[in-house]
Amino acid sequence: MNRFIPHPGLSVMLVIMWMVMVNDLTFGTLFLGLIVGIFLPLFTAAYWPGRPKVNFAVGFAYIALVLWDIIVANFEVAAIILFKPNHKLQPAWLSIPLDLDTPEAITVFAGTISLTPGTVSADVSACGTWLLVHALHAPDPAAEVARVKQRYEARLKRVFA
Amino acid sequence: MTGDFAFAELLASALIVLGGAFALIGSWGLVRLPSLMERLHGPTKASTLGLGGMLLGSVVFFQLVEGTWTTHELLVSVFLFVTAPIAANMIAKVHLHQLKLGKTPGPAGPPAEPGPDSLWATYEAPHKGTPGCFAED
Repeated sequence: MNRFIPHPGLSVMLVIMWMVMVNDLTFGTLFLGLIVGIFLPLFTAAYWPGRPKVNFAVGFAYIALVLWDIIVANFEVAAIILFKPNHKLQPAWLSIPLDLDTPEAITVFAGTISLTPGTVSADVSACGTWLLVHALHAPDPAAEVARVKQRYEARLKRVFA
Repeated sequence: MTGDFAFAELLASALIVLGGAFALIGSWGLVRLPSLMERLHGPTKASTLGLGGMLLGSVVFFQLVEGTWTTHELLVSVFLFVTAPIAANMIAKVHLHQLKLGKTPGPAGPPAEPGPDSLWATYEAPHKGTPGCFAED
């Protein structure tokens, strides 16, 4: 199993992506998708040594949570843009200490922060122990840091357990 | 049957109007917010709920009105969600470099250093001697 399908998650994702891209639910497409899904991970196995284990169940719950947060945050930022004058706006830089240690987890965390409107991740510290985030309106930066850590980072630690 | 049709078309147009409205608000944010880093927040909105609403409207239209099943919209949003943060990140990094070169910072001021003995990766690549980076240090 491990030798012929070294990366089951990637294989499943490739098959699904192939089906979605061709937009045609027939045996022929599935067959071609399976070929892509089996051989692509085999040929690229050398390029991803030491990948982290991913807990998919928690991962899907996390995606659902982020999608919901994106919708809510969209309305919040729309309200700020439409109704808050510039002199009342309190933008701030947040330095978030990172408890995540794998590059994949930090990338997903930074991507989540950028996708939720109102915060954009700008940089990591030289050793990947801090994340620099710009917030559009954060009257209390410490509380915002705690919220992001507790809401996203704690869950991501369970995804990349 | 006509009732079904009217409902599907209403739903699709409502979603497209919602998406368009968010894209418009995002662009208005780009115009009126005070400095570059704040302006970056406008387009992230347009590309998430703005485009999401329009794509959902497209799915609803093809599914309920035309009766064909399309999945391309799903792929569009997946690729968009993967690439949008990277574009924003690159713009933010250029802004950080410009701050070092003497550009006046926005209302948030310049960002604080991450710690006493470390810098942001835009300013300093990790090298031997950077604390916490390499096991042999």
